[in-house]
Amino acid sequence: MPDLGKYALTVLSAYGVTLALVLALVAYVLIRAGRVKRALAEVEERATRHG
Amino acid sequence: MSIWEYANPKKFMQTSGALLPWAVGLSVLMLTVGLVWGFFFTPDDYKQGSTVKIIYIHVPAALMAINAWGMMLVTSLIWLIRRHHVSVLAAKAAAPIGMTMTLVALFTGAIWGQPMWGAWWAWDPRLTSFLILFLFYLGYLALWSAIENPDAAADLTSVLCIVGSVFAFLSRYAVLFWNQGLHQGASLSMDRAEHVADVFAYPLWVSIAGFVLLFVTLVLIGTRTEIRARRMQALLAREKLD
Repeated sequence: MPDLGKYALTVLSAYGVTLALVLALVAYVLIRAGRVKRALAEVEERATRHG
Repeated sequence: MSIWEYANPKKFMQTSGALLPWAVGLSVLMLTVGLVWGFFFTPDDYKQGSTVKIIYIHVPAALMAINAWGMMLVTSLIWLIRRHHVSVLAAKAAAPIGMTMTLVALFTGAIWGQPMWGAWWAWDPRLTSFLILFLFYLGYLALWSAIENPDAAADLTSVLCIVGSVFAFLSRYAVLFWNQGLHQGASLSMDRAEHVADVFAYPLWVSIAGFVLLFVTLVLIGTRTEIRARRMQALLAREKLD
């Protein structure tokens, strides 16, 4: 860990906020992708069954 | 071969499916190298001390906030002119990413500004235009959710995107024509006198490449999701008719 001196809290909080926001964004994109993929598979299967 | 081939959802799904693993791997690699290099292996600035390390997240996020809107402008114009669904769905997929990048730039800017300027916020031209850009992102996403007809939503959000572009480009160039603000000039400039020192610039470029690749990766995943959602809507509508 580098010595951040008197600005340690400033630097670490900037990185912390960024990490939290980017991880939340990635989670949102991936969760929505999985949910839509599963729902489409269900609808396609139903459509195939009913011709 | 023409670029318009990718307007075909099937072709887009095939190509993006093949590209995605590369995009994921490269974005993780570039982000890790850029941020680790910048955070652990660069010196403190003689004026700003260790707060200079915020540059490796603040500048790439701010660049992506503006460029995401630029990409949305291009794809929205393609929708309005050529009516390719994939292009407007790519714009829709880019919006939450651009909004998050704007939020990252605003938050890290405030955290950086407090010890350097003595203020979390100032009604400076660049800061204000960034806040307005964030509000445009919110409005763009709200408009997509508010309109049920997908083509009408695509038309109206595309028009909103064109209007919002004024603020996206204003936030990019505000520092060049309003110099009374608190915000410094461009960090990455062709002018050597204004440009940050190489020791900070090299890891910054790698970090920017990482943010660009992260954006591309998330837009590809998001566009694939929107294409699937659109197909699901069409199948459900057909089910109702049967």
